Amino acid sequence: MSTPRSEFLSGLQAELAIALGGIPFGLIYGVLAIDAGLPPALALAMSSIVFAGSAQFIGTQLIAGGALGVVIVATTFVVNLRHLLYSASVAPHIQRLSARWKWLLAYLLTDEAYAVTITRYDRPGESEHRHWFFFGAGVMLWTTWQASTAAGIFLGAKVDPSWSLDFTLALTFIGLVIPALKDRPSVASAASAGLVAVAAFNLPYKLGLMLAALTGIAVGLWHETRQSGALRLRPSRLGEHDPD
Amino acid sequence: MSEPILWLTVVAMGAVTYAIRLGPILLLERLGMPSLLRRALTYVPPAVLSAIIFPELFLSNGALAVSPGNTRLVAGIVAAIVAWRTRNVLLTIAAGMAALWLLQIVIAF
Repeated sequence: MSTPRSEFLSGLQAELAIALGGIPFGLIYGVLAIDAGLPPALALAMSSIVFAGSAQFIGTQLIAGGALGVVIVATTFVVNLRHLLYSASVAPHIQRLSARWKWLLAYLLTDEAYAVTITRYDRPGESEHRHWFFFGAGVMLWTTWQASTAAGIFLGAKVDPSWSLDFTLALTFIGLVIPALKDRPSVASAASAGLVAVAAFNLPYKLGLMLAALTGIAVGLWHETRQSGALRLRPSRLGEHDPD
Repeated sequence: MSEPILWLTVVAMGAVTYAIRLGPILLLERLGMPSLLRRALTYVPPAVLSAIIFPELFLSNGALAVSPGNTRLVAGIVAAIVAWRTRNVLLTIAAGMAALWLLQIVIAF
């Protein structure tokens, strides 16, 4: 039996490895932001106001380069566009929650929290407390992000890159995606998105990621339609009802 | 940029980011979810996760690196096999990191 407490704790735990892997990025962001001439208070505040790693890195670079505020905000918009997909994807799961929950969970909706949470929602077995898992995952990432950026800003702390801690992000995602490849459409979706992401990696503002995600979705849908089209022939021949 | 403008810029960055994260949640609740969109969204996790994983494994400093010398690719394949056999995320991470460190040591010799 899952309770809000048990879901919250599993969320914290599920997010732990990926959050630890994010620590080097937080430290680097902190050091870069100070090098870019940001006041320490602002560099720290950005981690809770924006709370989006890539956008913070790019924003800091643009500020250092003397870019116009409008350009920085527009770039942030493009870099974070992929979150539209995450938001739409969790929407049906949190539809019945109060407005306060939605506003809170949307704030915590990062790549890392989304990946771990959507896998929880996609696991069979209903629990009405799964938003507590989402919340736990979000809190874990938020806390380590704030702590590591603060350490970078105030201590100039660094992690030896030869430890390769950043690799835990890819590894966590591998651990999450493989069990989710249940049928041909999802395998085709994953493979095509991966190939496009590699081919389009050098596009600016993470647009390659967005392009890859949209390609993967389109390919998955196309395979599904082809498959269900083939399946539909049989029930109609047997005179059964289409389950749809 | 002066300090007040800097703060204003960061707050605007935050507002834009938050709007992107909250917008679809609120809009889809009001408009209802068309069934094509609902089906499309089931492919967001495999597509997005793979789109983040593949460049981490297949690219090294932005260039394609498909060879046994690419330690991250080999470690990633080990992790994928462990994920497939065990369906356990923690074991996957442990196996992948162990493989990566081992390969780094072997290559250093």
